[in-house]
Amino acid sequence: MVGRIKIENVGKTFENADGEELRVLNDLSLEIEAGSFVSLIGPSGCGKTTLLRAIAGLNPADEGKIYLDDEVVTKPGHERGFAFQQSNLYPWLSIEKNISFGLRARGIYKDKKEDVKHYIDMVGLNGFEKSFPHQLSGGMNQRASLARALVGHPKVLLLDEPLGALDAFTRMNMQDEILKIWNGGEITMIMVTHDVDEAVYMSDKVVVMTPRPAKIEQIIDIKLARPRARQDYDFLKYRTKILEILNFAGQKNEPEYYL
Amino acid sequence: MVKNQFKRISGLLSIALAVLIDQVIPVSPKQPEAKGRYFLYFLLIIGALLTVGYIASFFSKKTADYIEKNSPLIAGGILVLNIVNVVCSKFSLLPVLFFPSLDRVFGVFISDADIFLRCIVSSGKLLLIGFGIGAVLGFTTGVLIGFNKTFAYWFNPLTKIIGPIPATSWSPLVLSLFSTSYQAAVFMIALSVWFPITVMTSSGIQNVQQTYFEVADTLGAGKFYKIFKVGIPASLPSVFLGFFYATTGSFVTLVTAEMFGCKIGIGWYLNWQKSMMLYANVYAGLILLAVLCNLIIKLLFVLRGKLLGWQKGIIKW
Repeated sequence: MVGRIKIENVGKTFENADGEELRVLNDLSLEIEAGSFVSLIGPSGCGKTTLLRAIAGLNPADEGKIYLDDEVVTKPGHERGFAFQQSNLYPWLSIEKNISFGLRARGIYKDKKEDVKHYIDMVGLNGFEKSFPHQLSGGMNQRASLARALVGHPKVLLLDEPLGALDAFTRMNMQDEILKIWNGGEITMIMVTHDVDEAVYMSDKVVVMTPRPAKIEQIIDIKLARPRARQDYDFLKYRTKILEILNFAGQKNEPEYYL
Repeated sequence: MVKNQFKRISGLLSIALAVLIDQVIPVSPKQPEAKGRYFLYFLLIIGALLTVGYIASFFSKKTADYIEKNSPLIAGGILVLNIVNVVCSKFSLLPVLFFPSLDRVFGVFISDADIFLRCIVSSGKLLLIGFGIGAVLGFTTGVLIGFNKTFAYWFNPLTKIIGPIPATSWSPLVLSLFSTSYQAAVFMIALSVWFPITVMTSSGIQNVQQTYFEVADTLGAGKFYKIFKVGIPASLPSVFLGFFYATTGSFVTLVTAEMFGCKIGIGWYLNWQKSMMLYANVYAGLILLAVLCNLIIKLLFVLRGKLLGWQKGIIKW
């Protein structure tokens, strides 16, 4: 079961501490095909996390509508899984109980024990079922939190910089792990990231957003075959293009030659 | 190595010194005569236990560590008693009425053993009932204040007004409200327990990371599931602190409450002996109280270790 997300004229306003109104999302529309991997990228303040939380239903939008398939999103639900930047595992529960938390909450744990095992296997945590989060490394905790978000078979997985807190090597490993879970479109994935390489490496589409006023600057289709190579010429061209849109490409001083 | 050996044997050395002084210096004639040499017996019992531990320390590393850690502390404690023994009973440098000899204080545990036992049972029962009622009510109000905004609006001011008033100062009102003084005592203990548990529970719940609830939301958990499986477990460390404050507070209330109208109990015993000017008995009662309080707090910490083991990696204690 794969879900399609449709965002129609969504707007959201926050009020800051001084009572000033801050327009974070403005008349934003976007369609995300079922089974695709879409990244939202942009500098802080461009509203990408706000948009992701609105899709999750954690902070519903003030205006416009968000659809999952044909249903309007109003509140959080298990069909839209969410992976946070911090693993946010419950420290008082073992890894197994953390991962099965959603199934237990919905009262379907008894029938789905096999699923829990399957996902523990998939993220490579077998043998650690009885461990507590504080006994494991950050990368392992993040993997457990991915398993927790996935075990209830959501139609869409929303990832809010899930790899932001990891070191560079663990991070690249986890990118491959996530792609393995995505498996060419078994689940729709929407990921917020700061990392251009990560976005190009993983996504079908990169949605480049700019702040003040927050809007979608451009949507780029990444037409690279998978698996992708980070040093590939076309890969670097996509990377440069995105950096240019964000005005981060920089300028090289050309040497001047006098003969 | 030599230093460690000295640490291990220090307790025994201190006991030997105390026994020697007790044997050599005669008791001051000003002190009323004790029925037996109970301080000496006390020293010998502790000495015997420590000797067993000392011998065992040669065979078990665990015992050796334990003895090494605690023997100096025992040595210090015995030294203090030794000084008290010299000052009070050997030379009676202080008024004998208020500072009885240690022989007499320790003798009370033998002569009044029967009444002590009945006091412990009675006080224990009173404490258990009062604490139980107070804890259940306190935890419930704490959870309601923590999760329900309307309830918090109406009950927070009430807790803030009633809470800081010492429970025992309600005694005139409470004694006239309840038909028996026993009920009044239960009420006061429950009240003294209720406040810290309510406050620590509600603040614990209000301080739970918002993301914990958001995670539960995105996993499809319902309202009650979030309260019982996320909010309450996450706030348990704070709830435990509430129980700790409540326990220490309840001892104070217990002793005071028993002075009003109970016919038996540690507080009643202390009050009775004080009015008879039998200070040896008062001191013995205080020692009993201290030992019991420590036992209960120890029990509480064992419970904490069992329930909150997951905290070990997060909070040091």
